[in-house]
Amino acid sequence: MTDSRARVLARIRTAVADAPGAVPVARDYRTAHAPDDPARLLDLLHENLADYRAHVHRTTPDGVAGLVARLLAERGARSVVVPPGLPEEWLATAEAVRRSDEPRLTPYELDGADAVVTGCAVAIAETGTIVLDGGAGQGRRALTLVPDLHLCVVRAPEQVVASVPLALPRLDPGRPLTWISGPSATSDIELDRVEGVHGPRTLEVLLVTSG
Amino acid sequence: MSGTFVGMPAFPEAAREAVGDTTLRANLRHATRTIRDKRARAVAELDDWAALREAGKRIKDETLRHLDAHLLRLEESVTAAGGTVHWAADAAEANRIVTDLVKATGETEVVKVKSMATQEIGLNEHLEAEGIRAYETDLAELIVQLGEDRPSHILVPAIHRNRGEIRDVFREKMGSWGRPAPEGLSDTPAELAEAARLHLREKFLRAKVGISGANFMVAETGTLVVVESEGNGRMCLTLPETLVSVVGIEKVVPTWRDLEVFLQTLPRSSTAERMNPYTSMWTGTTDGDGPSAFHLVLLDNGRTDALADEVGRQALRCIRCSACLNVCPVYERAGGHAYGSVYPGPIGAILTPQLRGTASEVDASLPYASSLCGACYEVCPVAIDIPEVLVHLREKVADQGGKGHRLEKAAIKASTWVLDHPGALGAGERLASATRKLHPKRLPGPGVGPWSESRDLPGLPAEPFRDWWRKNRT
Amino acid sequence: MRVALFVTCVNDALFPSTGVATVRLLERLGVAVDFPAAQSCCGQPQFNTGYRTEAAPLVRRTVRAFAGHDHVVTPSGSCAAMVRRHYGKFGAEAADLAPRVYELTEFLVDVLGVTDVGAYFPHRVTYHPSCHGLRLLGLGERPRRLLEAVKGLELVELPGAEECCGFGGTFAVKNPDVSAAMGADKITNALSTGAEVLCGADNSCLLHVGGMLRRREAPLRALHLAEILASTEEEPWR
Repeated sequence: MTDSRARVLARIRTAVADAPGAVPVARDYRTAHAPDDPARLLDLLHENLADYRAHVHRTTPDGVAGLVARLLAERGARSVVVPPGLPEEWLATAEAVRRSDEPRLTPYELDGADAVVTGCAVAIAETGTIVLDGGAGQGRRALTLVPDLHLCVVRAPEQVVASVPLALPRLDPGRPLTWISGPSATSDIELDRVEGVHGPRTLEVLLVTSG
Repeated sequence: MSGTFVGMPAFPEAAREAVGDTTLRANLRHATRTIRDKRARAVAELDDWAALREAGKRIKDETLRHLDAHLLRLEESVTAAGGTVHWAADAAEANRIVTDLVKATGETEVVKVKSMATQEIGLNEHLEAEGIRAYETDLAELIVQLGEDRPSHILVPAIHRNRGEIRDVFREKMGSWGRPAPEGLSDTPAELAEAARLHLREKFLRAKVGISGANFMVAETGTLVVVESEGNGRMCLTLPETLVSVVGIEKVVPTWRDLEVFLQTLPRSSTAERMNPYTSMWTGTTDGDGPSAFHLVLLDNGRTDALADEVGRQALRCIRCSACLNVCPVYERAGGHAYGSVYPGPIGAILTPQLRGTASEVDASLPYASSLCGACYEVCPVAIDIPEVLVHLREKVADQGGKGHRLEKAAIKASTWVLDHPGALGAGERLASATRKLHPKRLPGPGVGPWSESRDLPGLPAEPFRDWWRKNRT
Repeated sequence: MRVALFVTCVNDALFPSTGVATVRLLERLGVAVDFPAAQSCCGQPQFNTGYRTEAAPLVRRTVRAFAGHDHVVTPSGSCAAMVRRHYGKFGAEAADLAPRVYELTEFLVDVLGVTDVGAYFPHRVTYHPSCHGLRLLGLGERPRRLLEAVKGLELVELPGAEECCGFGGTFAVKNPDVSAAMGADKITNALSTGAEVLCGADNSCLLHVGGMLRRREAPLRALHLAEILASTEEEPWR
């Protein structure tokens, strides 16, 4: 094994020994394509999430609990996984049975749960993407993967950025990150997109603005 | 067990069969045209596309120029984050490393994320021989595996199959691999996707070992990135206790920030989406989240040979988006299997002969599998000048002689001599013109015969242009 | 204005009428035309097939033939692209020819600044932009603008215009089946337009597509752009 390490490295060094120096990377592309205006960014996020078949809702901090309860009921979710650190008030009026992940649920137990409710780390307007980093109220990666319904709460404007270049600096690469753009989908049949394969087939996004 | 590409005929012969297969032609035409227009629209949304493309090219060039340093840094970062790094000089060594790692867990089955690197090294076949069953979980890979077929596209390995064929494969084969297809399965994509969901779920839930590749590895942070759509990737990366990732050494990028370029260009180029549904990023292991053991196998397997070629090394910039396949008129008609490799299409035509050499007939024929129309270069998000590399590889193949090329070289030399002696050229042209009534419309003989099977030569003109000029303008 | 005509070997031997048309057109526009007799093939077929060494004498010959000419005009996007994109690989003298070579439509639109060349061609025409002109030279709208200005000409859109016709030089010989399949799709598209003439700016492509049209005895003929632009009410082209 160490032999191959040395061998591959030596081959690389020989291969590029006479190569010219690389041209410096010019980052003259845009930092963002969308306007720096919170209201318009939120509209864009909404539009792009919906374009990839996420269901998007607008509410205020006071309305989260009612909306979560209604969405769970409408989707017929009888049990809901609660990640550690999820604000208790979000599920205050929901009728579904809470399944705590402490101690950790097995994959089979997760598969038996109907839904999961989480927050997120950041949302990207231009691409309609929500990023989870396993922080408080988001849980480990499996929680938002195995149940078929994912309700995700995004706090605007503080969690919304315009673009990928603006999102990366806000994320900690040391944490496991999941970037989600709409529900699970595939283009594998005739290169045409259809939604709903292994990940949650329904993604409900709650955009929460204060005031 | 899916088929392999061993013993493939040269491209022209394989392509002839594909061209005559009307179902295949219709499937490829439909799929590539669907994605072509969508890609163009997704790219047009970004008015700085040219700058992103140039930045992507330069990041990759800089990475390749100092690949040793970036890999060492990556190794350090991954190790610091709790992962273990292995180095594999070739396919056999990579297969051995992975097999030993799986055996050490005591498991006899693994779930796999779609990965070009593991296909390239024939990992599934190797594991099978060692008594370990590998389940492909990407929908298209599942179709290929169940159908005992070969992949024909980088992104959509089952692109050569239409919905009706996929339904038939599912109905016939799912039962022998696990949960059978639902009764009365139709050919609607939604139902087919649902069948795959049900079939694979039991495998995901019980899986103890996952095997993946990666789209990017960040040297600075030790982060690996997998870009996908279905969620099968997330399942394999998250639920098992042990994760083994086999990744080509060229997949490293120096910094976290570099992802800002590729996460914009890759989804739009491959599936024509602003962003693919799921992207997973992980750095080593994390307590209480995902696998507790992570192994990274860094794969050379011919990449350093390509790196040593000053023209050919640009092929290592490739981020496996497939845009060049989707836009290629030759791929559209010949299909992916004709390329005799897991890397079909224009990128395959320059990558395969560099990774495997040009000793076999099919590999030596690949650089010629292009009309040099340039559509591939135009859409490449890292600006690989594929036609330039094709011509360069043609020089190498011609230089090594071999079947047909000695005769060809003699003919080319003769044509050069004639063309370099306009006196002789003019005489030849005049002789041809004078005897033009005797010329057949169809050419006889080997080589040019097939050309004239579908075309008539134009009638030869009464006189060459240079004679008209001499009579009328001097 | 004085130019050297780079007629190309394919046109010299197989399509002299395109050379004649180019001369008539340029002279009609007040341009004096020279034809350096030492010219031959630009070396593209050899180069693109992997015989760079064998291409070198032809590159040298071409460079010498056009030494001293500031404007070298060629009715072939493909040969112009060979000089412009690849001659730099054959040394400084060869590189020096590159900026002096103009594909015909570039010369007309960019150097002479004309789009209406006073042509008359009362036919329904569709235009195939050959790959090398389209992607290597970036001819863009130039050929279209020239055609649109031709009196009597009805220009109809060719579906899938930007797709390769399948010629590709030795590709047509080495991969005859794929080449023919590409050509068949090209003429199916061309025939769907109802045009009488399939126009292009590269006779090597038209050799391929035209040959397939003749084989099918299709009611459509392939014709080089120069011959349409050379046609006038006084002297109609064939």
